[in-house]
Amino acid sequence: MPRRKVVIAGVAESRFGEVPDATALQLHQEAAALAVADAGLTKDDIDGLFSCGADLMHPLVLAEYLGVRPRYVDGTQVGGSTWEFYVHHAVGAIEAGLCDVALLNYATTSRSDLKRKVRSANIAIDARGPAQFESAYGHTVIGRHAMAAMRHMYEYGTTNSQLAEIAVQIRANASLNPLAMYREPITVDDVLSSRMIASPLHKLDCCIRSDGGGAVVLVAEDRVPDLPRKPVWVLGAAEAISHHTMSEWEDFTVSPAAWSAERAFAMAGVKPAEIDVLQVYDSFTITVLLTLEALGFCGRGEGGAFVEGGRLTVGGDLPTNTDGGGLSSNHPGMRGLFLIIEAVRQLRGEAAGRQVADARLAAVNGTGGWFSSTGTLILGVD
Amino acid sequence: MPKIPTWHLPVPDVETSNYWKAAAEGRLVIKHCNACGRNFFYPRSACPHCWSTDTTWMLSAGLGTVYTFTVVHQNDLPPFRDRVPYVVAVVELAEGVRMTTNIEGVDPEAVVCGMPVRVSFRSEARSEDDSVALPVFVPA
Repeated sequence: MPRRKVVIAGVAESRFGEVPDATALQLHQEAAALAVADAGLTKDDIDGLFSCGADLMHPLVLAEYLGVRPRYVDGTQVGGSTWEFYVHHAVGAIEAGLCDVALLNYATTSRSDLKRKVRSANIAIDARGPAQFESAYGHTVIGRHAMAAMRHMYEYGTTNSQLAEIAVQIRANASLNPLAMYREPITVDDVLSSRMIASPLHKLDCCIRSDGGGAVVLVAEDRVPDLPRKPVWVLGAAEAISHHTMSEWEDFTVSPAAWSAERAFAMAGVKPAEIDVLQVYDSFTITVLLTLEALGFCGRGEGGAFVEGGRLTVGGDLPTNTDGGGLSSNHPGMRGLFLIIEAVRQLRGEAAGRQVADARLAAVNGTGGWFSSTGTLILGVD
Repeated sequence: MPKIPTWHLPVPDVETSNYWKAAAEGRLVIKHCNACGRNFFYPRSACPHCWSTDTTWMLSAGLGTVYTFTVVHQNDLPPFRDRVPYVVAVVELAEGVRMTTNIEGVDPEAVVCGMPVRVSFRSEARSEDDSVALPVFVPA
């Protein structure tokens, strides 16, 4: 029996930005309802649920809140790339007939929680197990990424200005997106003169923090004739993991995306040069730079020069993070789901003022933890 | 008297207590695999390279170089919020393993990748009558 192909049929965000008057579960449902409607389906069609969050046994909490009883459940949690892992897993489940309609659903009220003082800006990781060799030294999430930037600068001569270019160009994309939280254009000097957070990363090298949720619905190819929107085919999907403890990362200039991308591109039978639009995790500017190299858009160590000259803007050679990304549009936490949403909008031609002309092939790369996990997707339209 | 923050201090377990005991005596130890001959860090019972459980503790000379680092300027968690700016680094020991640590005894802005360093020990209080020794590094 031939294996069933898989398409992304529905995508949606909930309200995002600053949403002080909603719970995280409420934003899950808001996005799920919009995405299911976008796919021309109803709540009762959902038979696969893929989600993780702050709750213990989150998929159970969420399924109950939504009033769904899926026959396939996945609560994998590997950080921001979790959503690309879920697509990889959903492809397998749908191909095998274990479910027909998979809902990927996420939301947090991260920004409002910080303002309400129910969470801290930095994460306190208990000094038990392997963390007992890190926590006492005051490592931060930003610091872990900064170490990669520092090593890249040392080995390849990459500059602060080149990293800043990434923030500037993604902000330029955000200025075309009416929903983006930060739309005012910035310059390289703005980035370099913003507060140092963990050298060499300045405040504007770092993602924003927002509230918000999203949902993505994947279905088997059998459903394609009934879909109200242009089907977006999952042509390639792959995942990879590296370290969790920083001292275990073999090469601080190489993202595990090098491995997931190789497999995803091979599965799709596509080369980087064929990609029309790119959505990559941009927790920090260095995340984008290492990802561009790992995906094969430029050679190892060449990322600094590659991002100069506006290449990442909507009108550039490699339009990247066209919605403004996590650096400028929204970032409720594990942001990989929003990369998929924007890729689908671009491939359907629904991206309004930021539409990339004739976008037919998209690559998506989520990064989780501190370059700890990556999931790469190749998406396309007929 | 304000409560001493201790959430960040190591909680030794059966696999790691020898490491922290050695540190308290001013020695840096790492694990060595008798089966495949490789050294590894962080310490665990079985070798992560070959899964042999024939592993032993060995004394490190405490010499290495800075593989990479960052100067942390923002951390809202105690006790670190009162320490910024401070240097977090990954140091590569002469024995071939890497560890996360702090670089002390030098202006944070003077730290560079490749800089030779040697181990030192910082004492931090767990309570009024208990403390822990943390391996940190200073310019060699």
